[in-house]
Amino acid sequence: MTIPIEALKRKKEHFERGEDRRALEDPRAELLALEDKGELVVQKIDRETVTVATKFGREKRIQKAHLWHHKSCGQCGHIPGYSTSIFWVMRKLGYDYHDPRDQTSCTAWNYYASATSNSAAQAAVAVRNFAAALETGYFPLIHCGTSYGHYKEVREELIRHPELRAEVRAIMAKLGKQLVLPEEIVHYSEWFHALRDEIAAKQVRDVSGIKVTVHPACHYYKLVEGDAIYDPDIYGGQRTAVVTGLAQALGAEVRDYSTWFDCCGFGFRHILVQRDFTRSFATLRKIEVMKEEADPDVVLTHDTGCVTTLDKSQFAAQAHDRNVGVAVMSEAQFAALAMGAHPYKVCQLHWHSADYRPVLEKMGIDWERAWAEFEADIKRLERGEKRYLDWDDVDS
Amino acid sequence: MTETDAHYKAPAVAGHVDVPYAEKERLFEQVRSDIRFGDYLYGCYECGICVAACPSARFYDFSPRRIAQAAAREDVELVYQQMQEDIWECSQCFSCLRCPRGNNPGGLITIMREVAVSNGLASAKEALKGYSRIIYKIMSTGTQVSPDMLQQDAFPDWGPETADVSGNLDLWRRALPPETLHTTTTGWAVADRTLIELYLIWLHTGALDLISDVDPGLHAILQELMEERLEEEGIEP
Repeated sequence: MTIPIEALKRKKEHFERGEDRRALEDPRAELLALEDKGELVVQKIDRETVTVATKFGREKRIQKAHLWHHKSCGQCGHIPGYSTSIFWVMRKLGYDYHDPRDQTSCTAWNYYASATSNSAAQAAVAVRNFAAALETGYFPLIHCGTSYGHYKEVREELIRHPELRAEVRAIMAKLGKQLVLPEEIVHYSEWFHALRDEIAAKQVRDVSGIKVTVHPACHYYKLVEGDAIYDPDIYGGQRTAVVTGLAQALGAEVRDYSTWFDCCGFGFRHILVQRDFTRSFATLRKIEVMKEEADPDVVLTHDTGCVTTLDKSQFAAQAHDRNVGVAVMSEAQFAALAMGAHPYKVCQLHWHSADYRPVLEKMGIDWERAWAEFEADIKRLERGEKRYLDWDDVDS
Repeated sequence: MTETDAHYKAPAVAGHVDVPYAEKERLFEQVRSDIRFGDYLYGCYECGICVAACPSARFYDFSPRRIAQAAAREDVELVYQQMQEDIWECSQCFSCLRCPRGNNPGGLITIMREVAVSNGLASAKEALKGYSRIIYKIMSTGTQVSPDMLQQDAFPDWGPETADVSGNLDLWRRALPPETLHTTTTGWAVADRTLIELYLIWLHTGALDLISDVDPGLHAILQELMEERLEEEGIEP
């Protein structure tokens, strides 16, 4: 399908919501105003940045280095190559970071799935993590799309409601911390987007023959929509630019499909306790539509639940002869592969379910040899030669 | 209940025993008085954009438009029925935020779910059956999706790779280059001090007590765990 970009550019009139019905246009300015009043502390960006545009035009600065990695429980737990690839790419680009133990998840599982939390608890968890980042001097980078979206919701609630700020400040005081929020809430996929040219400059594998479909993550661009990155040169600014911008910079062929706006079917509680819905939605509304309309080699997305859902939901559908069977990974893993990362030692693709081997072959990767290398490393661990593999091992 | 109501009204709502109107009003008032309510509801054009975008509407008898309308009309009976049924079908994807009025039906559902849980509604107890382990994991460890959850009996539909992961879990975790990821029972290594701070948050915000009606056993276990840990550290809960 075609987005009427030229016609949109010529339009003189635009729908606008009333002022009281919009999301905050510039949360950064609101935070700084509250800081001036002594209500909270804003962690400032203090290193080199790349400036990008958000949905309604506000500029957002993405700090390049000295980043505090707010990890994702789903990525670390079930798709560890997702987290590892983010770290690996950052290391290859020469940017320093901190991987903290003084970090909890956003705990939004208890908010969106089971509702066994409340706004004060969620705000306190977010602020505790941000205060921990400030203590280290590293600037937060959020790995999970849900954490990123949820923290933006929390930021809005804290800005709008003085009584919530007072409650969270009192709780933080008990922890010996202040009410801290960062100047910008930044998702890792925004960092990858902002640095896509630097990433492409380090590319060693040709991906020009790879057909890609992109699933934009709901909690990235639907929750507090104004803060997500858009670019007039990508989809005419009518869809978020992250993931697609990176895939294009790497030279992959991004193909479109009609249900791009649909969620993946994750559903939070559904993926754990009502998975028939998740499986059905992921296959019928996403994977099959992509296969039929775009025939991708790989589906790229940028959130924990989306990778899990789109990847894991395909196995059972095969038993029903559904039109499934396409690799799913994060754009971080795809970028790492393009930059020469090991498919198992770094990208950890053996944790994935849908068959990723054909896309590796198209990228010129001998996966059988790579697997033998990984197994050799595992044998070293089994023999007790090493307790753990480290970064030197994965690049050897 | 009036004589007319007694004659015509079904004795159950969504399969659960009905409650007096005053109780429904009390529950609705809890929803309406939440600080987020005013940020999430502005009115409804009945355009149906939210329904068109909603994944759950495709698979269930569920409509985010009805959620927004019932709340806007302050239809206490319908809101109660939704709290006993519809709210657990929402995917919390927030596709409904496409609303041209700026409504957030998914957010309204978040509030309605919290009220259903904190009041121990039958729908909440049912929806959270089999969910205790997840709540326990998040509240006690600060992370949710742990590597050791990947067991084939729990995820038989995820393919044979699940068995490969669980069979090789310790070795495969030790093969991960980031030092924080060598864990099997949590997604990453969380510092002790961090957990203590988290427990204080659960206790002081009332988040732990939210589950006291819906899962009293789990509530007791978590309370004991947190209070013991805080006592060891010499911290007043």
